[in-house]
Amino acid sequence: MTAPVMSAKGLTRHYDVSGGLFSRSQVLRAVGGLDFELYAGKTLAVVGESGCGKSTLARLVTFIEEPTEGALTLDGKPVTRADWPDLRSSVQIVFQDPYGSLNPRQTIGTILMEPLVINRPKMSGKEREAQARKTLGLVGLRPEHFDRYPHMFSGGQRQRIAVARALMLEPKVLVLDEPVSALDLSIQSAILNLLVDLQDRLNLAYLFISHDLSVVHHVADDVIVMYLGRAVEKGSKEAVFAAPKHPYTKALLSATPRADPLAKADRIKLAGELPSPLEVGAGCPFAPRCWKTQDRCRVERPDLQGDAHLAACHFPIGPDGA
Amino acid sequence: MTQAATNAPERPGRLSEFWFYFRENRGAVIGLYVFIAFAIFAAFGPILAPYDPTEQFRQNTLQPPVWQEGGSWAFVLGTDPLGRDMLSRLIEGARYSFFVGIVVVTIAASGGILVGLISGFAPRWLDAIIMRIMDIILAFPSLLLALVLVAILGPSLTNAMIAIAIVLQPHYVRLTRASVLSERQKDYVTAAKVVGAGRLRLMFITVLPNCLAPIIVQGALSFSTAILDAAALGFLGMGAQPPTPEWGTMLAEAREFILRAWWVVTFPGLAILVTVLAINLMGDGLRDALDPKLKRS
Repeated sequence: MTAPVMSAKGLTRHYDVSGGLFSRSQVLRAVGGLDFELYAGKTLAVVGESGCGKSTLARLVTFIEEPTEGALTLDGKPVTRADWPDLRSSVQIVFQDPYGSLNPRQTIGTILMEPLVINRPKMSGKEREAQARKTLGLVGLRPEHFDRYPHMFSGGQRQRIAVARALMLEPKVLVLDEPVSALDLSIQSAILNLLVDLQDRLNLAYLFISHDLSVVHHVADDVIVMYLGRAVEKGSKEAVFAAPKHPYTKALLSATPRADPLAKADRIKLAGELPSPLEVGAGCPFAPRCWKTQDRCRVERPDLQGDAHLAACHFPIGPDGA
Repeated sequence: MTQAATNAPERPGRLSEFWFYFRENRGAVIGLYVFIAFAIFAAFGPILAPYDPTEQFRQNTLQPPVWQEGGSWAFVLGTDPLGRDMLSRLIEGARYSFFVGIVVVTIAASGGILVGLISGFAPRWLDAIIMRIMDIILAFPSLLLALVLVAILGPSLTNAMIAIAIVLQPHYVRLTRASVLSERQKDYVTAAKVVGAGRLRLMFITVLPNCLAPIIVQGALSFSTAILDAAALGFLGMGAQPPTPEWGTMLAEAREFILRAWWVVTFPGLAILVTVLAINLMGDGLRDALDPKLKRS
């Protein structure tokens, strides 16, 4: 088996939330102990509802923030803060909102060349421009778009530009933070196909963050389901989608709309809200909303168990669906 | 390679888009024309003025304007108590006012933008210190603070300009900081961080160009404030000193003749009024055209 391009061990990020002048500051565990590996040419999808720490994970992986605990390994070498400037070109990101992620005062050419200006100071202006134009073609845009401003493009085109910018430094890992959720459905598939195509051509490792399971089903090789900053289920796409072990995953899957009017609507409705990440108790964080909760769930936090298909549940759902 | 760009429709330039929105506000357009006239007087004053503004015609002291009895075409707007031509002095005064406006806005804006940028990117404690200092400056009545500063520095036009610039600067700091804070949240700033942009690059190349629209509006509006404050300081004897034909100083000199010779007081006052009004109208139009929040789409 090939070595992973990037791996994370016990990746954790806490935030201190100051409660004001008279109250104690609290610790918000945005991401708590996440393990994963990214392989070249493979896509790891991270799924979860809003506020479960997906975007914090993206910030950790792209070296915007330092993990509180745990470590990232890139190409077998551990990542330290001092290495960040050298490693930036290996990990790049595409954001969710293509309207906010491009600087409105810069032309597409300037946006695309900026990574090179910063990271390849020795490159001549001509080479930079040539590479920017090449990448522009790679993502399916025309050369005359080079001198235009972002406001002249549609959402889908902007997302192509954002992808092109992320590719300028020839990264090994691309973090896709909900890259299609701000786009309408017809554009979504075009962007997804572009991403799949680019992965094949450039042998990229994707960390695909999404809350949309049908999108994940389309692109992922492996899936991590996150709940309140922790992984609750982890496995290959086929295993997770066919036979979810964790009740939360099952509930998520049942909530995916299906284009089959005759299919039985057996949607699991979860009661309650996502609990505040400030007050995660000792037990399983999903216990207050789970329909299988027993006494043990409220006092003991389950760990990820299993060989290839892991789940953090004391009473995982068996292959029979019970 | 033949460029396919030639047959692509030409995009509307940012300038023409700006003009489209600016044109909708008729007051602003009138203000702009008056401002242009003002700028021409300021630039070509010595050529346009019929006489040297300090030349005294002792036979013609306090001569009324041409349309009043006793007036002559030699002195279209009359003369002042020392027999100097009012029109020449007003034209020369435009030059001083314009100069004051430009210098004050340049000093206040460059300093304010720099401090505001630093404040927006600084750690919280430094930000708090800077903003509290600005609050203290803002807590004083601005003219009073300018007066105190001039009293310390000594009365002259240069010191008046410095004092006014210091008084106006906190507005730029607050404005810049507010836009920096809102721009910093956006993904394109994070994207620049991910590609490794340093702090200086983030501040000046990534964020600052996106904060400029409200600052330009503020610049136009404080141009008029600067002229007004300089005139006020001049009137109080703390600005330009006689015989400089600065409008405020001219008003102060002519105060005692207000009942005998109305034109000596009225024309400098009108000049200040018209200029300030025109610039404010123009500033409003600028705001309409540049501020995306007010833009009707």
